[in-house]
Amino acid sequence: MKLTGAQILVKMIKAQGVDTIFGYPGGATIEIHDEIVRHDDLRHILVRHEQGAVHAADAYSRAHQTTGVALVTSGPGATNTVTGLASAHADSIPMVVFCGQVPTGLIGNDAFQEVDIVGITRPCTKHNYLVKDPDKLAATIQEAFFIARSGRPGPVLVDLPKDIIQAQIEFTMPEEPNLRSYKPNYKPNKKQIHKVVEMIKAARRPVVFAGGGVILSRSSEQVTRLAKMAQIPVTTSLMGLGAFPGTDSLWLGMLGMHGTFRANMSIGHSDLIIAVGVRFDDRVTGKISKFAPHADIIQIDIDPTSIHKNIEVQCPIVGDCKTTLEHILALMEKQDAKDLAVDRDVWLAQIDQWKQTMPLKYEQKTDVIKPQFVVEKLWEITRGQAIITTEVGQNQMWAAQYYHFDRPNHFITSGGLGVMGFGLPAAIGAKAACPDRLVVDVAGDGSIQMNIQELMTAVENCLDVKIVILNNRFLGMVRQWQELFYNKAYACTNMDKAPDFVKLAEAYGATGYRCTDPACVEETLKKGLDTPGTVIMDFVVEREESVYPMVPAGGAITDMLLV
Amino acid sequence: METSRYLLSILVDNEPGVLSRIAGLFSGRGFNIDSLSVATTDDPVVSRITMATTCDAQTIEQIKKQLHKLINVITVTDLTEKKYVERQLALVKIHANPEKRAEILRIVDIFRCRVVDVGHAHYTIEISGDSGKHEAFLSLVKPMGIVEIASTGAIALAREMGK
Repeated sequence: MKLTGAQILVKMIKAQGVDTIFGYPGGATIEIHDEIVRHDDLRHILVRHEQGAVHAADAYSRAHQTTGVALVTSGPGATNTVTGLASAHADSIPMVVFCGQVPTGLIGNDAFQEVDIVGITRPCTKHNYLVKDPDKLAATIQEAFFIARSGRPGPVLVDLPKDIIQAQIEFTMPEEPNLRSYKPNYKPNKKQIHKVVEMIKAARRPVVFAGGGVILSRSSEQVTRLAKMAQIPVTTSLMGLGAFPGTDSLWLGMLGMHGTFRANMSIGHSDLIIAVGVRFDDRVTGKISKFAPHADIIQIDIDPTSIHKNIEVQCPIVGDCKTTLEHILALMEKQDAKDLAVDRDVWLAQIDQWKQTMPLKYEQKTDVIKPQFVVEKLWEITRGQAIITTEVGQNQMWAAQYYHFDRPNHFITSGGLGVMGFGLPAAIGAKAACPDRLVVDVAGDGSIQMNIQELMTAVENCLDVKIVILNNRFLGMVRQWQELFYNKAYACTNMDKAPDFVKLAEAYGATGYRCTDPACVEETLKKGLDTPGTVIMDFVVEREESVYPMVPAGGAITDMLLV
Repeated sequence: METSRYLLSILVDNEPGVLSRIAGLFSGRGFNIDSLSVATTDDPVVSRITMATTCDAQTIEQIKKQLHKLINVITVTDLTEKKYVERQLALVKIHANPEKRAEILRIVDIFRCRVVDVGHAHYTIEISGDSGKHEAFLSLVKPMGIVEIASTGAIALAREMGK
């Protein structure tokens, strides 16, 4: 059967179970877009900037637990995906980005809208391809999806020259990929499993530290069972929020630079850390030499490079988090329950004392809105059921601290790369994946402006997202650093010249509400969430509010600034 | 941290861009490459890269893991953990005045090198051996005046034991 390259591409994408593509056409993708619109079972969401397409595909992937797909044209279309790819790479999100390319005969000739996107994206993708042989098109697409979602997931880019897309190609469905150079190891070493259980039995002050790997391997249930069985308190990284119920009594709160007092203190005093799907990022460890000085560390990760990279661990296990935890749980179940939780009441009492003396706190007075109050009210009103996306900075940290995530895949943030402008396109992607769910972008006034054009995408496609702007008219996180470490020299962070976000919403055909009075926060949130369509809620908040606790960069995580 | 020299033998898919993935990995993560040598193996779809690097023990562990993580890398062998044979080829052009020629030829003989080109005032010498032999040879001929040098990176294979 002869098909065009474009037809093969669409056929192969659909064969992967993909039903939504975020894209933006250009000269190099006309045939592909022409083919896509012929398929009723494949939705193309036209974004307003290619960066938005990639972030939307990223969030779609997380909310839907599948592989997100973006399609862009050559040259600038392709370069505009770099930030989104780098973000997905840092967060290990499975995604395939297809980009158009000039015809193979023109490659290397500095043709119009030609760029070496494979060269550019090599360090920020899990893998990438330039398809030069039409007969390899189908197999390459299949391989791209396979690599994106297997092992430690990540983004894969496929560069598609125009002549390949136009070519008439004899099509046969390729066989399942079998790459001799790529065989991720899912099964843990049995000996290490025994060691884990012995270490748990010997521990008196254990902590589970879960990360994004738990979300990706869908093992939050296993983490929860392990914690409950051995009465081990749980903390997570930013990427791990939702891996353990945020309202459970064993929950410590997030760890790290803006982690809770009790989470950071627990790590500082722990004698055993069970690290699952984490990579010990510097925002979590603070000063490495003072990280968990009394603890042995068990580290479970599917990616061997994550182990011993920053932190020396005593019990490394390379394997899928879920499979490994299942093995550990099976062995734990054979033990006497009380042996798994020796002296735990002493440890939990200590943690409770930390919690009582230094909880997360802010004071909501009557004159001006505190940003934390807005997030806390949002949590109350939505009963913790919303999918929350964030921008980056203070808004992200307050969302992480005050929206208590009980389930995985409900907190979608650019954790590793920290991309401002992520939240709105991510909300659109999450809404496309879960149309029945409430999706809220917790934003700052600075970062919302970085991809504000995607409001049109939301409105046009009836992807009703709710945007909560914590508007302090500052680039707040940088301002906070300037306040604390740069003598309050607020260089280039004052953003008191801003658009009228209510009018801006209206200009895009959305609805806008503004709230300046603490007494009206709840009412505004309810009104905004109940209003059909895309809504911006602009909360004018305390200008110089800071995120606490805070561990100064490079300090020990137990040395926190508390107010 | 204590550093030492490591010799890695890496089998990779023989595809365009693979070398750039490896070079990019090293530059992006701040690893050093002392020397690099690449050629196809008896299997035309596989190339062998022999790479020498100097680093500490923790870094070499990361280098090996990161290399292995690249999709096109088939195997990574750390030869420094084994017994191995190492060779490197160099062509050394040196000043050879009539009064120095005998001395140069004696050194060539001792090192089991070969003179592969002779000019009125120059010898070009081919030397093959491990990096220690090269260093020793060069230190002896340096006083005579080296005009230019072309050298390959190290290539190496593990020794077959007990056969």
